Amino acid sequence: MTTVTATSPAIADTAMEQPSSLTLFLRYLNRNRGLAVGVVILIGLVLFTVIGLITINPKHAYPLSVATKQPPSLKYPFGTDFFGRNLMAAMVVGMWQTAVIGVVAGGLGTLIGVVLGFTSAYFGGWIDSTIRTICQILTPIPVLLIQVVVAGSLDKRDVTILTMALIVVMLAWMGPTLVIRAQVLTMKERQFVSVAKLSGVGDIAIIFKEILPNLLPFIAAAFVGQVFSAVFASFYLAVLGLGPLREPLLGNIIWAAQLQGAFFNGWWWWPIAPSIGMILILASLALINMGLDELANPRVRKTE
Amino acid sequence: MNFKLIAKRLSFLVLVIWAASTIVFFVPRLSPRNALRERFAELARSGGFAPGDIEKLITNMNQQFGLDKPLLEQYWTYLGNIIRMDFGYSLNRYPATVTDIISQALPWTFFLLLFTTILSFIIGNLLGAISAWPKSPRWLRGIATPFVLLTGVPPVIMGVLLLFFIGFRLKLLPLGGPYSIGIVPNWSWDFAVDVLRHQMLPALALVLGSVGGWVLSMRGMGVTIQGEDYVNFAEHKGLTGGRIFRDYYLRNTLLPQVTGLALALGTLVTSALVVEQLFGLPGLGQVLNNAIRSNDFPVIYGIVLFITIAIAVLMAVLEFIYPLLDPRVRNQ
Repeated sequence: MTTVTATSPAIADTAMEQPSSLTLFLRYLNRNRGLAVGVVILIGLVLFTVIGLITINPKHAYPLSVATKQPPSLKYPFGTDFFGRNLMAAMVVGMWQTAVIGVVAGGLGTLIGVVLGFTSAYFGGWIDSTIRTICQILTPIPVLLIQVVVAGSLDKRDVTILTMALIVVMLAWMGPTLVIRAQVLTMKERQFVSVAKLSGVGDIAIIFKEILPNLLPFIAAAFVGQVFSAVFASFYLAVLGLGPLREPLLGNIIWAAQLQGAFFNGWWWWPIAPSIGMILILASLALINMGLDELANPRVRKTE
Repeated sequence: MNFKLIAKRLSFLVLVIWAASTIVFFVPRLSPRNALRERFAELARSGGFAPGDIEKLITNMNQQFGLDKPLLEQYWTYLGNIIRMDFGYSLNRYPATVTDIISQALPWTFFLLLFTTILSFIIGNLLGAISAWPKSPRWLRGIATPFVLLTGVPPVIMGVLLLFFIGFRLKLLPLGGPYSIGIVPNWSWDFAVDVLRHQMLPALALVLGSVGGWVLSMRGMGVTIQGEDYVNFAEHKGLTGGRIFRDYYLRNTLLPQVTGLALALGTLVTSALVVEQLFGLPGLGQVLNNAIRSNDFPVIYGIVLFITIAIAVLMAVLEFIYPLLDPRVRNQ
């Protein structure tokens, strides 16, 4: 990723001092401010969740555990809700569950996308046209609505954090598939692949040793993008009341607050905390995604 | 536009609708839940049924709706019904059909969406173009920045924040509902104003939530056009800045944005559904939410299919309009 590696070692040893990789990384973050801000917010959220999980009793994130309808105070920084949940504890547990959904769904979606994209682009022919057509047909269908059908068909008791992630991933692999496919298609024509082919390297070895390492930045960007859309989709499902209703997912808290008429009754703090939490999560993911895009796509990459 | 292209687009449209209907048909049938049985179990709990009665009722209902026939036969009847836009009956509000329920709720959603989409499309693209245009004044460029920062905020959350600041703290606008409690809908001026006041916050939430996206994509496009030969040529010809902006700049950047609009339709509709639900407007979002809560499966599936078909058709329409806007495609 660095431009310095191009200089020959002899010169580097004598005339120039090689900056350490940490310095280079920090310098890159300085150029790519969006990525830096995104990473900082994400670290803050992770710290909030980890410290919260250690210090707070997670039982208080569930109904009937603390006094009801308390406005924010020193004891309850985010207040408590109508059902007697400490919203601070609910936020901590909700953040953790959101992270689980995001990482599981994002990881699975990216994995499916990478496998399908590779197969499609590398082997071409009817395999490629089948996968491409399926992606194209499924793309115009609003994913959330199909997720509503799937989530609605499940027994309410079966809806857990994990099934939520699976529902979200079910229709979210098309994006990464098309992105990876396009990248493999261009990479396939590059000279280093032709050289490898001519030297008699097998298909599998070319995929894993030649193409995959060069694709890593794209895969990372696709993964963050997938985590973003998984968090977003699960949030919408939860706001519609299709989430695991017992769990304090951020969307569930907003759904419950709206259902009980929180603003009408003056319990304004109830939906505010999860809203701000969600804004921070989505903003950090979006910033990291844009920053990684810049890293992956040298054409838009800023030079020093 | 040639015939072959039209045929290709139309067959794609049919494929999309078929795929969506098939998913909506098979997914619920794969699940262990039985809508009728759950519904009657609920009724039975509220009293007055002998256990045998329920079984008889369910067999009767299954016969009446053809649910005892082989799956493939049901599938064919179902596809035929979809073509006729017949989504069956609501379990909760029988004998109202799903189509009745949708057409009652549709105007709310339709006008909210139409208004907010057009407004955010125009504002977003103008702001984006202005902020990428090198000759626009500095203060005008700065206006776009706050909207870009709002891009990451989903419209629902925007709705919560607006409710808190404008509705709850400042008490400027109502906190939800289609119109004030206690007013009987009528054709008076006062009632119209009341309804509009209730529509302001949801509309604002949707507009603020989507303007930033248009600004971003328009700005990206505007920057690439700056170096183009025809813009330089127009400048050297001595055309006025306004003329270049309108005829060379907007004209060329707006075209891809129309495609973007087609692609964004799905997101826009789902956002509107969730926002409506948040503000308690009686549109499709609330109908969907009520149906989810009361396990009214035909209504859930009907709304999902209806919206999918509507979006697919709209996308096809936008694609047909495209050649009218772009002479390069028209002459191909």
